[in-house]
Amino acid sequence: MPRNERQAEVRFPLVAQLSDSPEIQDLFRRDGRRVFASLVRLLGSFDLAEEALQNAFVAATERWPQSGIPRNPVAWLISAGRFRTIDHLRRQRRMAPWSEVAEQVGAMADPGPAPDEREAVEDDRLRLIFTCCHPSLSEEACIALTLREVCGLTTEAIAHACLIAPTTLAQRIVRAKAKIRDAGIPFEVPEGDALPARLHHVLRVVYLVFNEGYSASQGDDLMRQDLAAEAIRLGRLLRELLPEPEVLGLLALMLLQDSRRAARATAAGDLIPLDDQDRGQWDRGAIAEGAALVREALGSQRFGTYSLQAAIAAVHAEAAGPEATDWGEIVGLYDALARIEPSPVVLLNRAVALAMRDGPEAGLALVGPLIETGGLDRYHLAHAVKADLLRRTGHNGAARASYAAALELTRQEPERRLLRRRMAELDGTEEKF
Amino acid sequence: MKYLCLVYLDQENWSACSDTVCAAFGQELTDSRQLLAAEPLHPAHTATTVRVRGGQVHLYDGPFAETKELLAGFYLVDAKDLNEAIRIASGIPPAKYGSIEVRPVRQLDIGHAAA
Repeated sequence: MPRNERQAEVRFPLVAQLSDSPEIQDLFRRDGRRVFASLVRLLGSFDLAEEALQNAFVAATERWPQSGIPRNPVAWLISAGRFRTIDHLRRQRRMAPWSEVAEQVGAMADPGPAPDEREAVEDDRLRLIFTCCHPSLSEEACIALTLREVCGLTTEAIAHACLIAPTTLAQRIVRAKAKIRDAGIPFEVPEGDALPARLHHVLRVVYLVFNEGYSASQGDDLMRQDLAAEAIRLGRLLRELLPEPEVLGLLALMLLQDSRRAARATAAGDLIPLDDQDRGQWDRGAIAEGAALVREALGSQRFGTYSLQAAIAAVHAEAAGPEATDWGEIVGLYDALARIEPSPVVLLNRAVALAMRDGPEAGLALVGPLIETGGLDRYHLAHAVKADLLRRTGHNGAARASYAAALELTRQEPERRLLRRRMAELDGTEEKF
Repeated sequence: MKYLCLVYLDQENWSACSDTVCAAFGQELTDSRQLLAAEPLHPAHTATTVRVRGGQVHLYDGPFAETKELLAGFYLVDAKDLNEAIRIASGIPPAKYGSIEVRPVRQLDIGHAAA
């Protein structure tokens, strides 16, 4: 089955059962989640909105063959979904007056005419994203809920992509929705002061989804590999709805990282470090797009960590080779990043860049203290970096010890293979792939 | 003198007493004019923890977990939704030094509400 068709089936199995009409299927694919987001606002509940979405498409399948596709299909679907669901609940309420859900509906104000301004509908998608990524929900819950409710993936697809059992994932989503209801998480876009921190949290969730997909290897489930593309799609949606500099920065970062997808691993799944990658395999279109976004984000003066990380990625991406890389610029960008986010890992990456600009001794002077007192003594990459710098200054014995320390600290096979290869190179022996 | 009586339950015993029984007890205390405030809470996982450090509000999913931080007081507030409750919590002065757990109050389920 061609990839697009398989994707469609994984994402939208329902509509394939409902309707043969390609127009209706297309509409569902393109606008289904948009309709859903507005229904969540109008009905005040995720579960009611899911039901209403189905009702809406059932109604469309029944009516449109005769009446034709309405001029504003999205508004029609929202309206139809809402009215059919409220109607159904009112009938339920008459039969079983004390059903909790029927109580909810009874308490809702009488619905006025459905709003059909495009702006209101766009805002609903943003409301949905902010709600699914509320910091009161665990990161795992945010990821699951966003993939399910914003992206429209099925629970099976999400479970396979995230390497967890479908029942676990389904439970996670049920509990997340229950918390939204019980804790009173409102369906709204945060205002004013609250927006930057909340947006940062949304971006963090999207980046976590991207990394799940980016870390997938060739042999993994295709849905898992597709997560990177899903995250980029989310990034584009956010850019459409809320073109803040950090949104541009995150989208740029993902595009720039993803541009290296074809070059970053061997067929056997071994990681190829950036400097050794075949740059001819990098996606130049993605790089151009990412670099343009970086320029736009940095031009705003309101940029943050994602924009700076993207800027660093752009410097690498636009260099013809490792020797041509502007390490001075990269050090400057890390300086800026360290001012906003002085985490040990940022400082470590800065030390690597500094070593490229000023020589390995300068780098070692920074990395030593980071390991000893800076909190990185249990971080395998810190020891790998130290080992590499020691090798470059000719201290092979000490380098070997550091590679060994790094090996102690990581269980990831591709990383371990790379470290063992480096150790073997020290001894002058070649490892066979 | 006023006293604060805090109810702690493990998972197994969470629903050991029915809401009807609890409501009846609450009514007794109300009748004897000794009850100042009482509310049942949603389970711990519905909590949000708020800490304010360096002027920034940090939010965490779930109940607070610092074992060195001990109960020091309480505010029972009315807010239109969780975001407003978080705003209130972040203004509580000790939020700058400790943690404020924001837990939603639930309704006792004591049978049919009037239609």
